[in-house]
Amino acid sequence: MSSDAITIPALQIQEKPWVDLLHEWVTTVDHKRLGILYIVYALVFLVFGGIEALIIRVQLMHSHNNFVSPQVFNRMFTMHGTTMIFFVVMPVLFGFANYLVPLMIGARDMAFPRLNAFSFWLSAFGGLLLYFSFLGGSGLYGAGSAPDVGWWAYAPLTARAFSPGHSSDYWTLALLVSGFGSIGTSINIIATILCLRCPGMKLNRMPLLAWLNLVMAGMVLIAITPLSAAQIMLLIDRYLGGHFFDAQAGGSAVLWMHFFWIFGHPEVYILVIPAFAFLSEIVPVFSRKPIFGYPVMVAATICIAFVSLSVWAHHMFTVGMNSYANSFFAITTMAVGIPTGIKIFNWIGTMWGGRILFKVPMLFCLGFLFQFLIAGLTGIMQAAAPFDWQLSLSYFVVAHFHYVIVGGILFALFGAFYYWCPKMTGRMLSERLGRWHFWLFVIGFHMTFDVMHIPGLLGMPRRIYTYEPGRGWDTLNLIVSIGAFIQAIAILVFVWNLISSYFKGAKAGNDPWDAWTLEWSTSSPPPPYNFATIPVVASRRPLWDLKHPEDPDSLYE
Amino acid sequence: MSAVASSAVEIPPAWTLPYRGKVAMASLIIAESAIFTIFVVAYLFYLGKSLTGPTPREVLETPIFFTICLLSSSITVHFASKSLERNNRATFLALWSLTIILGGLFLFGTGIEWHRLIYEHGLKISTNLFGTTYYSLVGLHAFHVSAGLIMLTIVLIFGLAGQVHEDQFRRVGVLALYWHFVDAVWVVVFTVVYIVGR
Ligand code: HEM
Ligand SMILES: [Cu+2]
Repeated sequence: MSSDAITIPALQIQEKPWVDLLHEWVTTVDHKRLGILYIVYALVFLVFGGIEALIIRVQLMHSHNNFVSPQVFNRMFTMHGTTMIFFVVMPVLFGFANYLVPLMIGARDMAFPRLNAFSFWLSAFGGLLLYFSFLGGSGLYGAGSAPDVGWWAYAPLTARAFSPGHSSDYWTLALLVSGFGSIGTSINIIATILCLRCPGMKLNRMPLLAWLNLVMAGMVLIAITPLSAAQIMLLIDRYLGGHFFDAQAGGSAVLWMHFFWIFGHPEVYILVIPAFAFLSEIVPVFSRKPIFGYPVMVAATICIAFVSLSVWAHHMFTVGMNSYANSFFAITTMAVGIPTGIKIFNWIGTMWGGRILFKVPMLFCLGFLFQFLIAGLTGIMQAAAPFDWQLSLSYFVVAHFHYVIVGGILFALFGAFYYWCPKMTGRMLSERLGRWHFWLFVIGFHMTFDVMHIPGLLGMPRRIYTYEPGRGWDTLNLIVSIGAFIQAIAILVFVWNLISSYFKGAKAGNDPWDAWTLEWSTSSPPPPYNFATIPVVASRRPLWDLKHPEDPDSLYE
Repeated sequence: MSAVASSAVEIPPAWTLPYRGKVAMASLIIAESAIFTIFVVAYLFYLGKSLTGPTPREVLETPIFFTICLLSSSITVHFASKSLERNNRATFLALWSLTIILGGLFLFGTGIEWHRLIYEHGLKISTNLFGTTYYSLVGLHAFHVSAGLIMLTIVLIFGLAGQVHEDQFRRVGVLALYWHFVDAVWVVVFTVVYIVGR
């Protein structure tokens, strides 16, 4: 049965002067447009962060290289990490949440549309502040400099004595401002999900994407705020002469580490839970089966959220904690593996016996499953405190977390792009370019990050500017760098796919994947009001019920 | 036509969801609590670690009167929003103004105390760890009191202009919730700074 009857097709496009268009986009409070703004903004920063990564990799390509100066190298890895975490992955995830959550729960917009716009512009302003540091980092005194204290900005590197000028201030303010943006958006997501669900959309009928974003938003509230608090303290130290992290006056550098990682570890789950959310929507549709173990999935997510709040000091095994603390954090860290394993089991359970369609979104999800599993295993290796004394601060750690963030989160994100772009633009992304993108990226990814574990095990420290020849690191690093360029090419293919299909992709229609959640009942792109009449649902798969009135899910749930 | 209604859809008889203002304020309170927790932890962690004086024991005096002011403003704001709900506008305005006065008194008390600490005891934010943590924690709270007072005053101005009606009681209630939170935080700060910390 076609679902055309469901909504009034969007009133399309009379040509408008570009100033009007720009004005509309800048002043918009529509959740779909804000979602797209978030996503585009993140893609722009992905290019910046990517260029920084390539500069790092060229510098490390062989021993005794002088491609950039040590000072520039420090700025590059600092800006790369900060950009990727705060100005690429966070905003792109918020973008998808913004776009999808109201559509999936049958609402016309977020609970607070203006707060939504405000939060977006705060985050955007944060990104501009960070990059303005290239010009304004030394104040008005001359050549600029970006932050170079690493993405954790450990004390006392950030003290006035070691970080003169304003580069650390730009770093602090950028994260503070974008943090407030994240908190605003999260409050909005929570209020939307709890207060705006359409009739019949009980919590236990909500799409898992909404559930997981609810948990993510809750984590933002309690995990981003410690970072904000620590940033305020840092500003007090730098501007008002405070002593929070000033060892000269009895302050403690280790306290900053605790505060940073109390934020930092939950943050990685804030990033990965929305990736779980994408998988939980995409895998069932391409396996032609409902998700396996829905309640367990929700429970495991909440469990992960709680446990991940108590593992932060696994980033600090080498600081010298006592053995009780070491054991505690080792055990809790390993415990996170259990609910995470349950999730992997559930996705496999969903595919088991299904009629799997190997379309591009599904390919990326399969890549996620495989790579995320391995990354979790290297995580467990580092959770063993004594072994971590060997691994910490080496390239092994770098390999571990890129395996999760690139091999996991980014893969899930690409899947999400291929899956939902047709909804957002009305045009399908090219399947052929998509396969090129996927395979190039898989090859580049594994060249870079599989191999990167080895110099780590051989003792190559992270964040070094260059290294001596003859340690057996040269060839490995060369392979790693070549892989990085292959990934860059894959990203170019992806961007080309986005652009070309926007103009001449095949028309998507309302429901190109024969899916089951409410966003596919609207036109592509959906009209500004989303639903002409607010839908009423009776099961977890409202479109299945609609398409199969003789055998609706509501009979079985 | 209901969009996705199909054969088996029973429209749930009463479909009510929580009020979004309240949910949002509750979320904000959770976030703010986390910020305060970090500042409280820093305060406790640095107790007795200052390398120079003055110490809390030497200079702090317990602000009992002003604490009573702030805590009782929680009661007045509660009854203020209750009277608005019952459309008792005069009582609402009176109690609401009283809340602002009590909150203002508290802020005034903080001002006096800071003045005394700075000019009599020479304790500034840069003096020692105690100064840094004390002014940050109490200052963060005072900042929240100020923000609350500004919002309360805006509502008062609208109220005096006759623009606050009983159908807005839920919105006013959201602000009252924030004010309760500010008071609750003071209970924690008071305990930490004036009881545990001395
Ligand atoms: C869920 C997605 C995950 C993400 C996004 C992630 C991300 C990260 C990041 C960014 C770091 C390094 C931070 C830095 O030093 O700059 C890291 C380190 C670490 N991760 Fe993960 N991780 C994830 C999962 C796990 C899991 C499942 C475990 C263990 C069961 C784990 C255990 C560790 C440990 C022990 C370290 C510290 C290593 C060290 O610094 O010596 N991680 N992770
Ligand atoms: Cu961690």
